[in-house]
Amino acid sequence: MKYLRQLLIILGITFVGEVLNYYLPLPIPASIYGLALMLLLLCTGVLKVSHVKETSQFLLDVMPLMFIPAAAGVVKQWVVIKPILIPTIIMITVVTVIVMAVTGVITQWLINHSKKGGNGDAR
Amino acid sequence: MLAESAFFYTFITLAFYEVTSIIQKKIKQAWFNPLLLTIVFTVIMLVAGDIKYEEYQSGTQIISYLLTPATVCLAVPLYEKLKVLKENAVAILVGIFSGVITSALCVAAVVFIFNLDNTALATFLPKSVTTAIGVGITEELGGLATLTAITIIITGIIGNILAEVVCKLFKIKDPVAIGVAIGTSSHAGGTAKALQLGQTEGAISGLSIAVAGIMTVITAPLFMNLLK
Repeated sequence: MKYLRQLLIILGITFVGEVLNYYLPLPIPASIYGLALMLLLLCTGVLKVSHVKETSQFLLDVMPLMFIPAAAGVVKQWVVIKPILIPTIIMITVVTVIVMAVTGVITQWLINHSKKGGNGDAR
Repeated sequence: MLAESAFFYTFITLAFYEVTSIIQKKIKQAWFNPLLLTIVFTVIMLVAGDIKYEEYQSGTQIISYLLTPATVCLAVPLYEKLKVLKENAVAILVGIFSGVITSALCVAAVVFIFNLDNTALATFLPKSVTTAIGVGITEELGGLATLTAITIIITGIIGNILAEVVCKLFKIKDPVAIGVAIGTSSHAGGTAKALQLGQTEGAISGLSIAVAGIMTVITAPLFMNLLK
């Protein structure tokens, strides 16, 4: 009954996330509340990784698939997209690449920089 | 017949993905991306077969249904890499913030270049964050929520497909930096790839979804007022 129990815990936390999303007036979705709650439970030791390990691993493994049905929704939105097709394509390709590159380069620079700084302090 | 089948669309979606994955493993070509090809095949199937999207959507609900619990499960790799997070907390937060600002500036630039209206600006401003947050922001700013949703989804797919190439091209080698870059630019869609690259990449990418989303909730209305 390992998988049943693991799924039960994950769905329970997701449900509490939904409840928080419903009652709290913040624009935070159920999934993010759930993520924070799961992290909190793990950090406080209420929940152990072994309690959710295999099932969460499975869900994360098949995660790419979960975007396919929504992405195919592009056929429904085609009428809206068609008149602004070129800027839309630029938004989802060029802008995404720029954001990824800038974010990565800045973060990497900060990490390397702080490591050097840290060594300096140690000396 | 197909319209009545409860399993056909989920089966065919998994089958497309599995077959393209097997071929990808054989030919080892980056452009042969199972995720992208499955979406292309699905779209072709819907258009060529004159199948209503709603019909396909209800037939694949079980797949979409799992996205929320899967996102919750991102807490597990994050917990296992908590030490890495603590050691690099400042770099991670500043990095995510720089991505959020870059995204808003780039969107504004495209809107300006193509002379689009405020509705388009509101629609595209939250395009890099996770769907549920992004759609909420768009509704508040007066954009088209359905267009925002599809833009966000495809941004995630593009991030998933291009993550390895972009990181290689810009010499982003640090696993933490890779995670921040992917999660901030392409939310859970990209994070699915980050998880395949490594545990640290996946964990930090998952964290970046939440942080970038919350930062965008705060900054998007400010950008909107500034730019419109």
